[in-house]
Amino acid sequence: METEYTINVFSENYIGLLNRLTIIFTKRKINIESITASESHIDGIHCYTIVVNTSEILVRKVVQQIEKLVDVMKAFYYVRDQIIYQEIALYKVPTEVLTSTNEIEKLVRQYNARILEVTPEYTVIEKTGHKVETQELLNELKPYNLLEFIRSGRVAITKPMKELTVHLKEKEMAFNYTNHKRSK
Amino acid sequence: MGTITQKRVFNKVTSPVQVSGAEAMMLSLIEEGVDIIFGYPGGAIMPVYDALYDYRDKIRHILVRHEQGVAHAAEGFAKVSGRVGVCLVTSGPGSTNMITGLADAMIDSMPMVCISGQVGSPLLGSDAFQETDVMGISMPVTKWNYQITSAEEIPEAMAKAFYIATTGRPGPVMIDITKDAQFGTLDFKYEKCTKLRSYFPYPKVKKEDIKAAAILINNSKKPLLLVGHGILISDAQNELEKLVTKAEIPVASTLLGLSAFPSRHPLYVGLLGMHGNYGPNVKTNECDVLIAVGMRFDDRITGNLNTYAKQATIIHIEIDPAEINKNVEIDVAVNADAKDALYALLPLIKNNKHTEWLESFKKYEQEEYEKVIKKNINPASGQIKMDEVVHMISEKTKGGAIVVTDVGQNQMVAARNYKFAEPNSWVTSGGLGTMGFGLPAANGAKIAMPDREVIAFTGDGGFQMTMQELGTIAQSKIVVKIVLLNNSFLGMVRQWQEMFFEKRYSFTEMDNPDFIALAGAFGIPGRKVTNREVLKDAVDEMLASKEAFLLEVVVGKEDNVFPMIPVGESVSNVRLE
Repeated sequence: METEYTINVFSENYIGLLNRLTIIFTKRKINIESITASESHIDGIHCYTIVVNTSEILVRKVVQQIEKLVDVMKAFYYVRDQIIYQEIALYKVPTEVLTSTNEIEKLVRQYNARILEVTPEYTVIEKTGHKVETQELLNELKPYNLLEFIRSGRVAITKPMKELTVHLKEKEMAFNYTNHKRSK
Repeated sequence: MGTITQKRVFNKVTSPVQVSGAEAMMLSLIEEGVDIIFGYPGGAIMPVYDALYDYRDKIRHILVRHEQGVAHAAEGFAKVSGRVGVCLVTSGPGSTNMITGLADAMIDSMPMVCISGQVGSPLLGSDAFQETDVMGISMPVTKWNYQITSAEEIPEAMAKAFYIATTGRPGPVMIDITKDAQFGTLDFKYEKCTKLRSYFPYPKVKKEDIKAAAILINNSKKPLLLVGHGILISDAQNELEKLVTKAEIPVASTLLGLSAFPSRHPLYVGLLGMHGNYGPNVKTNECDVLIAVGMRFDDRITGNLNTYAKQATIIHIEIDPAEINKNVEIDVAVNADAKDALYALLPLIKNNKHTEWLESFKKYEQEEYEKVIKKNINPASGQIKMDEVVHMISEKTKGGAIVVTDVGQNQMVAARNYKFAEPNSWVTSGGLGTMGFGLPAANGAKIAMPDREVIAFTGDGGFQMTMQELGTIAQSKIVVKIVLLNNSFLGMVRQWQEMFFEKRYSFTEMDNPDFIALAGAFGIPGRKVTNREVLKDAVDEMLASKEAFLLEVVVGKEDNVFPMIPVGESVSNVRLE
């Protein structure tokens, strides 16, 4: 059964690593719904947030294979209720619809969106929230000659309290970097 | 350049010396203990080749005839010696020709460092002459890769490459180096890599896992141990033998695990998988505890997963955590190096006897012998059988040769009939099934182990895929013995066409050249055998030869390899005919 999983990958920030990550999904023909890359709270460690729809068995295997990558420190997967997540969407509408009706203003209030910029030609509206919410606003704005729409990838903070550094410490304790037996 | 070079090599001081990037590549290789490399020059790697010219006394370079041959030779070298196979090729086609070899090394866990030249960094991405995105192309088939665009990066990148290729589960690493980085200069100072913060190659053995495994093994009435390539990689043959002897556990081998356990050992019950032996395949579905060591449950071993060892409790000892629970659900996973795990397990294992269980394998062995083996190794009449050739060579070499194979029937017949007496004596393309692997891999194996007899079994199809490597044999005077089992067919595909495609032999029949004349053109002696009476004499002539030798044996055109588990069927459904 397919479920939505959010995968968090903590890694070095090297050229080509994103390619290595996506290959793992491509090999199993899993579509990446969204992907976001940023620095993490630890200096020098990068974080990828990847959203996929797949089965539990596959997501586990994929995460194992991601974690096997030389430049990846740790990878996790979560279902929705294990994370707090957010996306951001931007909408561009002609300014004349804003001035000619008050529907846009109503929608902005109703959806808790905000106006980022107003020019004589266009107005840019911003809305953060889950996909369903930004999607709803999109549907509402479509009849008003919507000029552009863009939604970001997901960013997620996990609910489990165990810190990444603790995971990394544990991992370091569980492994040797060299094969001691051979040097004997 | 020359004078500085001389000093540097003998000078182990830490004080850095100014050298060119190309020379730094040489010095890095020497620091890593490399004295043999396989390669093929070309435009974008010329500075490195120029530096190599000054280091010919330190590094032996084997000039192959095609870059696929570079990679397979490096694999053969790595497989029998446990050392890193080093490859040197140019950009564009030089590196794309390597890709098959990288893929082969990746799936079969071979330690390799491949250095490819690249166009100058200002030209990157401009579709320059012989530019290809080798980083992108090699990514899915390498354990790690890195592009060096300035000379200063060389020592660190090379140290990382060797560390990553050899540690944990070994694999191929590609280093792409732009031409300007080869021409650039740096203060050369080398430090071996011993740690990467994101890479954890050797899991520490967990006591609780070992205890759980020991309890299962000690209480087992019908244990079966499966030996994989991991035993050889971790050099765990002694620990393995001690353990199975103590607990009296029958041992079966995967294709890549061959030679890890002596074929004539009383506890050895045979080869697993699609063309493996009858007993170990059927018994996989009868044992109560299945102990898999250093293997990855490939589909050619397991057949249908839904009916694979469902009755058994499965212990999986494996260094690569991504392999655990990948194909088969594991009851006790021991994520560790095979040698570490077996060493820790040994004191917890009780002396045991499984006489009846061991005896039960005999019935299957006997049946397979009567129905398959006997008529194949001692045929009364008819054309020569592939099995009798391998059997004869196995007897005459007392199981002491290094056996290299190509892919297909020749490979399966060699795997089934050669009785290995020594470890690290088997080189084959397992995971990828790369036709054309045999000849170049044999060259690499012989170069690594010049004192051992190296015999390459190949077919008429695979041989013609890389037969240009006869040129390498001639030029580098590599004493390999090539046994070409010629059935004028792509035999394994033909066998499938016969069994599953109503004998519709679609493009599998081969019109072949005069192979002996072909070898002769390279100055390699050979002999063609078509009838049984002279086979023994020809094999003797080949084994006695002090130079490379091609023995072509014309075998039955439509002979099949049995037993066989048809694709997607259960290991219990092994067909003997």
